[in-house]
Amino acid sequence: MENLEPILTQHPFLQGLDQKDFDLLVGCAMNVRFDADAMMCREGEEATQFFIIRSGRVTIELHVPGKGIVQIQTLSEGDILGWSWLFAPYRWRFDARATELTRAIALDGRCLRTKCEADRDLGYKLLKRFSEILEQRLEAMRLQLLDLYSTT
Amino acid sequence: MNTLTVEHPMIPKPYRVQSLRQETLDTFTVELSSINGTSELPFNPGQFNMLYMVGIGEIPISISGNPDEPRTLVHTTRSVGTVTKAMRKLRRGDVIGVRGPFGTNWPVDLVQGSDVVFVAGGIGLAPLRPAMYRVLSHREKFGKVVLLYGTRSPADILYRKELEHWRARFDLEVYVTVDRALRPWRGNVGVVTNLISKSPFDPMSAVAMVCGPEVMMRFTVLELQKRGLVNSSIYLSMERNMKCGIGLCGHCQFGPEFVCRDGPVFSYDRVKDLLAKWEI
Repeated sequence: MENLEPILTQHPFLQGLDQKDFDLLVGCAMNVRFDADAMMCREGEEATQFFIIRSGRVTIELHVPGKGIVQIQTLSEGDILGWSWLFAPYRWRFDARATELTRAIALDGRCLRTKCEADRDLGYKLLKRFSEILEQRLEAMRLQLLDLYSTT
Repeated sequence: MNTLTVEHPMIPKPYRVQSLRQETLDTFTVELSSINGTSELPFNPGQFNMLYMVGIGEIPISISGNPDEPRTLVHTTRSVGTVTKAMRKLRRGDVIGVRGPFGTNWPVDLVQGSDVVFVAGGIGLAPLRPAMYRVLSHREKFGKVVLLYGTRSPADILYRKELEHWRARFDLEVYVTVDRALRPWRGNVGVVTNLISKSPFDPMSAVAMVCGPEVMMRFTVLELQKRGLVNSSIYLSMERNMKCGIGLCGHCQFGPEFVCRDGPVFSYDRVKDLLAKWEI
């Protein structure tokens, strides 16, 4: 039976990993789909996965009392959702909702953490890739905080 | 790039207000025509005029109308200062002074055959709109055409109807993003620079025209470079305190350049070192 390896090897996020790395990752990966408006994760829940979005659209959002749901960022094909599985206490810090039919590969966080502990090389490679995403999101967030289009 | 000469650049000509339209909470568009209604004021995309409110003051505003319709001067601006706040109160038939057009233009005619990427931030869409019109009126002469537009919130989207119309075209890619939004918004949320990595253009042939706050432009350039655009294929519209419009008074000096005369549209190659200098 065909597994998810061909999809994982094609994804830019995982480019440059070795075959043995993919062999390990495939064991933690599964195909998932979310209908429009389905929640992919909720603030405070245990973060057991991260997602490689294959198609569709996802918003990261947060409920702000008095304001309602504030959308923070939109993710789409090729983007990565979730790094809370990497850091204790492994809880989602934000909600994520599919705003249209979304297909993704979910990677099991506990499975990956165990494999990364056993194979520090893989752990380092994954952490480097997540650091890059963190850096991109931090840069974007700083620009948003600057409120560049404000008149004041 | 400046191909138009102004006959008496320091003397404002009277123009009559044809309409004034509120675009967003703090921006509006004023349409002007010559007093006789038939004279034309040709301009190139990217140029600006000095608009003079008698007894109040004069300010530079980019021309945001269609260069193929030179009988109507269109300016979109934000009501933030004394002059623009007074301008916001203009009524049809009122008369204001116009000097111009001044400055350099977007290199639309030079980049035929290339993919064209417009990146606009906030009210920076206004100076890019004439270039969009020009490209779309000669659509067959260009490769892919992409507009990436970022603004503060859904309520701050400029030219919303026109964006919707452009987005419906088969020969144009339009992506809009906002920095923040509440739930009813179903569009993209995030900074405009995030859109660049996924935009459908060929970096080897593309030319980018960028207009927005300076910080936004700096980060946009970084993303365009990451995609593979070379510096000479990136154009920016700079903003400084322009007064005379013809490079005499020095108010808009930007290193060795005068933004009113040598700009406002510059090749990134030409200003990259200046952008890094706080002192100027």
